[in-house]
Amino acid sequence: MWLPVAIFLAVCILIVLVRLFLGPTQPDRLVGLDTLNTIVVVTMVILGMAFEEVIYIDVAIVYALLSFVTTLFIAKYIEKGKF
Amino acid sequence: MILNVITYIFIGIGCFFNLMAAIGLHRFPDPYTRLHAGTKCTTFGSIFLIVAVVIQSVSVWVAEGISSPQSILTLHALIALVAILLTNPTSAHAIGRAAHRSGVKPARAVVDDREKENHD
Repeated sequence: MWLPVAIFLAVCILIVLVRLFLGPTQPDRLVGLDTLNTIVVVTMVILGMAFEEVIYIDVAIVYALLSFVTTLFIAKYIEKGKF
Repeated sequence: MILNVITYIFIGIGCFFNLMAAIGLHRFPDPYTRLHAGTKCTTFGSIFLIVAVVIQSVSVWVAEGISSPQSILTLHALIALVAILLTNPTSAHAIGRAAHRSGVKPARAVVDDREKENHD
């Protein structure tokens, strides 16, 4: 029941990755990265339900918080041009 | 039985909106409209997918008794949902602000009836 959903979300991640490589400007790539992070978090929760492993969902929580910090940092870099 | 039907409906809605986000990133012309597709659709789809996980997990928890290991899975899935709901709009705001301040212009409108009136 849950494994096909995870495979479907992996296909969505591949479609988003094409935008991450093609994006003409820096904010385009950052939007692709943000979308990719959210879908990866949901995929980890779905996989944790599929394999009955709580540790996958813990990894998803930490990944969500760390990707938030990463996105804010790259946005700050694009805005100012330096750290 | 009815919980399974609700779970399938929620999975369908969540997968549809995540696919719409992935397609919208390719269909829209500039970073601002791509932000519109990529952030709101994934937040909405994530809510429905994680709520489907929580419904299925709570049904197993009720069936197995109060000290089931499903309780930890349910609570941690809810914490992951709260983390997504707090961080996703904030990072979208930061990306939009950074794109505006770094000088990215929005794309021209496809259909603009008032284009010849010389408005700013």
